[in-house]
Amino acid sequence: MSHWVSSVVALVVKDIRCELRTRYGLNALILFAIITLVVVGLTAGQELLSPSLHASLIWIIVLFSSMQALAASFIKEEESKTAQTLRVFASPSVVFFGKLLFSMILLAFLLLILIPLYVVLMDVDLQSPLRFILCMALGSFGLASATTIIAAMVSKATVKGALFAVLSFPLLLPVLLPSIAATEVAFMGGDEMWGYLRILIAYPIVVITLSYLLFEYVWNE
Amino acid sequence: MHENDSKKVTLEVDGVIHRYGARPVLSNIVFDCKSGDALCITGHNGSGKSTLLKIIAGLLRPIGGAIRLSIFGQAVDSDSRRKHIRLVSPEAELYDDLTGLENLEFLTQVAGEKLSRVQIEAFLDRVGLHNRGGDRYGAYSSGMKQRLKLAAAISTSPELLLLDEPTSNLDDDGRKIVYEIIDEQKSNGILIFATNDNDEVKLGGRVVALG
Repeated sequence: MSHWVSSVVALVVKDIRCELRTRYGLNALILFAIITLVVVGLTAGQELLSPSLHASLIWIIVLFSSMQALAASFIKEEESKTAQTLRVFASPSVVFFGKLLFSMILLAFLLLILIPLYVVLMDVDLQSPLRFILCMALGSFGLASATTIIAAMVSKATVKGALFAVLSFPLLLPVLLPSIAATEVAFMGGDEMWGYLRILIAYPIVVITLSYLLFEYVWNE
Repeated sequence: MHENDSKKVTLEVDGVIHRYGARPVLSNIVFDCKSGDALCITGHNGSGKSTLLKIIAGLLRPIGGAIRLSIFGQAVDSDSRRKHIRLVSPEAELYDDLTGLENLEFLTQVAGEKLSRVQIEAFLDRVGLHNRGGDRYGAYSSGMKQRLKLAAAISTSPELLLLDEPTSNLDDDGRKIVYEIIDEQKSNGILIFATNDNDEVKLGGRVVALG
């Protein structure tokens, strides 16, 4: 078990190290988030946006900012021909959980930059900051869990980007809709978010379990 | 070598068949090897040498036939086979953004082995890269890249070492290192290499000709 954990950690450290040196996904992530946020801010102007609109906007920014970076982790392995080396040296479960953790770290980094900027630039009056952060964290966890297996599936395809978007949409909808709804409740300071949170907790558990079972076939075939 | 050691690892390639689309590549390939064997796979371009190595490594599922690996008489299932096999191939690259040393550290760790910095440097030394371990793999020449791939493959002491065109891009010193690795592997387990070079074919105790 300790060998398995240290193998997963080694893969995450490798991905972070490569990312910091190339900024392959990181630059796209930050630039897209900031540009979209500025455009949204300028478009909204001084208008007072409803909590529902705020919730939708912040999730649209998270989704589109993170798509390229989340897909890149597997695509880069295939394009640089390192995937075969990884297949020889690492077990599929190590690869899956290593890539999942790396996706979660990327999304955590995005939220760390995006949330304070959004609150300040959009002049948001957060009624329940802790609940808001919880919704964002759980929704992002679901996002990372689904996109990891999709990225592995599309990495060998010819039209990777388009296929990633097409496959992601139906799989991400069950996590995006409750994320938006729960975030809206958090913006308003309401209490009726437990139902949404249960979906946001259950979704990654189901997706990760299924992905873990399927990953070996997706990765090796 | 002790008699017991020579029977430590056995590999059976039993009727392997493979094709790409409608084009048959491998038809009923049969051979077996045991510890101490160095087997050379030869054949013209496109005869299926690399495909056969990938199938043995578990990277490709054959359409027919089976690969059986046993260690001390115990069959190794396909899930566990990965721990015992290493493949050096032009299609398996290392990480351009990591240094030579970092590549070896990462690959040994991800394979579940914990080697000290000194041990990893010894492997770099073994392939003549002792003073270039701090350089990025992407900045290496093609010959240096091949040397690092060899170091990565032997760093986990595999029972079965598969080398696809092992001396490609190597200078005379590099070729000498490959020949030494081939000799050393005979005492660790089984070596199977694919080549078209007539001089190298002689390094294999046995030859399987494809195509």
